Amino acid sequence: MIGHLTRSERQLTLYMLLAVVITGLAMLVAGKDDSLGVHGALVMVVGIAAIFGVIAEFFEPEPTENRLDSYYDEPSRIGIVFAMAWAAFGLFVGAWVAWQLAYPSLNFEAGWTSFGRLRPVHTTSVIFGFGGNALIATSFYVMQRTSRARIPDQISPLFIVFGYNLFCLLAVSGYMIGVTQSKEYAEPEWYADIWLVIVWVTYFVVYMRTLLHRKEPHIYVANWYYLAFVLIVAVLHIVNNLAVPVSFSSAKSYTIFAGVQDAMTQWWYGHNAVAFFLTAGFLGMMYYFLPKRAGRPLYSYRMSIISFWGITFFYLWAGSHHLHYTALPQWVQTLGMTFSVMLLVPSWTAAANALLTLNGAWHRVRDDATLRFMMVAAVFYGLTTFEGSFLAIRAVNSLSHYTDWTVGHVHAGALGWVAMITFGSIYAAVPWLWKRENMYSPRLVEVHFWLALAGTIVYVLAMWNSGIIQGLMWRTYASDGTLAYSFLDSLVVMHPYYIARAVGGTLFLIGALVGCYNIWMTVRAPRQPMAGPEADYPEPRVPVGSVPQAAE
Amino acid sequence: MFKALFTFHYWLERKAIGFVVAILMVSSVGGIVEIAPLFTIHQTVEAAPDMRLYTPLELAGRNIYVREGCYACHSQMIRTLRDEVERYGPYSLAVESKYDHPMLWGSKRTGPDLARIGNKYSDEWHVLHFIDPRALVPPSVMPSYARLLNNSLRTDDLGNHLTAQRAVGVPYSDEMIANARADAFGQANPDSPLSEGVSKRYGEATTVRPFDGKPDHLTEMDAIVAYLQILGRLTEAPYKTAATTGE
Repeated sequence: MIGHLTRSERQLTLYMLLAVVITGLAMLVAGKDDSLGVHGALVMVVGIAAIFGVIAEFFEPEPTENRLDSYYDEPSRIGIVFAMAWAAFGLFVGAWVAWQLAYPSLNFEAGWTSFGRLRPVHTTSVIFGFGGNALIATSFYVMQRTSRARIPDQISPLFIVFGYNLFCLLAVSGYMIGVTQSKEYAEPEWYADIWLVIVWVTYFVVYMRTLLHRKEPHIYVANWYYLAFVLIVAVLHIVNNLAVPVSFSSAKSYTIFAGVQDAMTQWWYGHNAVAFFLTAGFLGMMYYFLPKRAGRPLYSYRMSIISFWGITFFYLWAGSHHLHYTALPQWVQTLGMTFSVMLLVPSWTAAANALLTLNGAWHRVRDDATLRFMMVAAVFYGLTTFEGSFLAIRAVNSLSHYTDWTVGHVHAGALGWVAMITFGSIYAAVPWLWKRENMYSPRLVEVHFWLALAGTIVYVLAMWNSGIIQGLMWRTYASDGTLAYSFLDSLVVMHPYYIARAVGGTLFLIGALVGCYNIWMTVRAPRQPMAGPEADYPEPRVPVGSVPQAAE
Repeated sequence: MFKALFTFHYWLERKAIGFVVAILMVSSVGGIVEIAPLFTIHQTVEAAPDMRLYTPLELAGRNIYVREGCYACHSQMIRTLRDEVERYGPYSLAVESKYDHPMLWGSKRTGPDLARIGNKYSDEWHVLHFIDPRALVPPSVMPSYARLLNNSLRTDDLGNHLTAQRAVGVPYSDEMIANARADAFGQANPDSPLSEGVSKRYGEATTVRPFDGKPDHLTEMDAIVAYLQILGRLTEAPYKTAATTGE
């Protein structure tokens, strides 16, 4: 993993890991009576394990001098492995908690296995573990190709990938031992949040340095989206996580916002985590891998511009639609609703741009499950954004809010759009990254595709049904003017849908496991010579000094 | 005009720094317009002079509620809709969560809303329900929290908790902070000398009871039940306004 680093870079890596171990030790000592100490020990163990990993390869031969002439793909490879591992874990936990809602005894009565603790484990593992690693891995891949420039640094991309996964590990293990801020999709406590800021700023710097080294005059549209993702997620993360720790020996902190201001800040964050983590970044993925795999140029440059700036501007206004009819002032709710409806324009422009790019390549969609993953993702992106705008209308929201309809909507987006575009992109990128002719088994990609699609449809249909039934039951009046159903009546009716949802989720999980196996076998296959556009390099390698210099 | 915009973009997308600045400017408008005024427009949060603070025990209970992820299935926000007001009680006012760092309005009702759960059931009901939810409510899908009854409540850092709360704007007094630990014990043990200070500092209406039925042992069950019993009871404001009539 560090074979491409020089001896002095390996030394520097060791010093950085030593700093990690010392930080862990400090956390352990300061928080010895607290969960903070548990996390300190965890950080130490991870740091020490990494030090052993580096020492094991320390005296391997140094890389050849021409290492800087090719793209830097090791961080992308590591990121994809992490992404698939988190997918398997996160989807497993998701399926597990889904079964718990159908059969509550499946938590086996342990504290850490209760629904309330595992639910953020699931969301964080799939959003930040699976999605985040896939975004980091593909963004490194895409920004180098579209800029025709190698990442100008050797250690920082590795720091970003491993540092980011340490954040995910702290987050997920924290929930299980009861460390959480309770802010949805921003649950990690203050020290993990600070660590993420350090990692994220490094990410931004690496991204910008590569862009500034680019040899293409224009910045390709995929990079606009990745850039918006990196930048705006940083702003959202920092603002929403402003908090005062109980003490430096405590894992607990209190957010600086209270009540209605906290609610608005949280959903400004929450909805734009959807927008810039789960949408912008993955649109960047789509804008590179879909045209590439289809062998077609992007349909419209102007549509890209309209959708990009529309999404960047409108989305930040939309968060308040999570708070319709609450104690949030009505004018904010109305603004949120209005902008959510307007969002449909840039969203559908982006989806249409992707689907129209496939014109002339539909036979490939038929034959190639990898491209079909991306096509279905674009369709689900269109469907989900339509549903999102619809649910943001106040009257519709009065029925849908607090019900499973929201859960169904989220999963139409997360499974149908985010996971599908990611699997499609990963299946495209894995052979390119590991220099293989093809995936180990295109048939298994096909199997994965149908499992994922079936799982998504079963899941979403189940939640649409249960959500709408719930919403209607809660507001149904009997002829004598009293509420017709108790809350429990509605809960009893949910049971068959909760089973159906768990089945859908399990199908999706099995699909992902098939994908893990397929990728593993591809990576293990012997290296084959590659030809064509994937044997790509920033510039044709020319011996130094043999090129005549242009006259001044 | 569109042509000019596209020409401008053709120029902009060649400038990495310019592009970053453009993204930051375009994206920050929405948040600034929607969030900043919430801190300055006074009507956003109603006045409620009788609004009281969480006692150290209730705050500890709230932290257990957060720790266990109760907010994943229970909302604490009754919307201004007729059926919600009739099902749960007066709709929630902004002032009721003005000391809530963070707010726990929730986003999903796998179980019912809890904004007005306080005083609705007895302490014994809550304890039994936490131990075995399906013994009292057969179709319930809630996990058991029997272990809260055996877990001693951590009190040594309660003073720090109140200090941190004060740092973010909750008006705890020096006296409250100094007595945080004693007040936690006192609130769950009415017969102990410590209990007097609780009502002195937090008001006569404060519930001082052996919440889990075991006055000699301060447990996490005491804390979470004390917290649930105060929900919707920090101020009488919602019961005196139009909130009772719905839309």
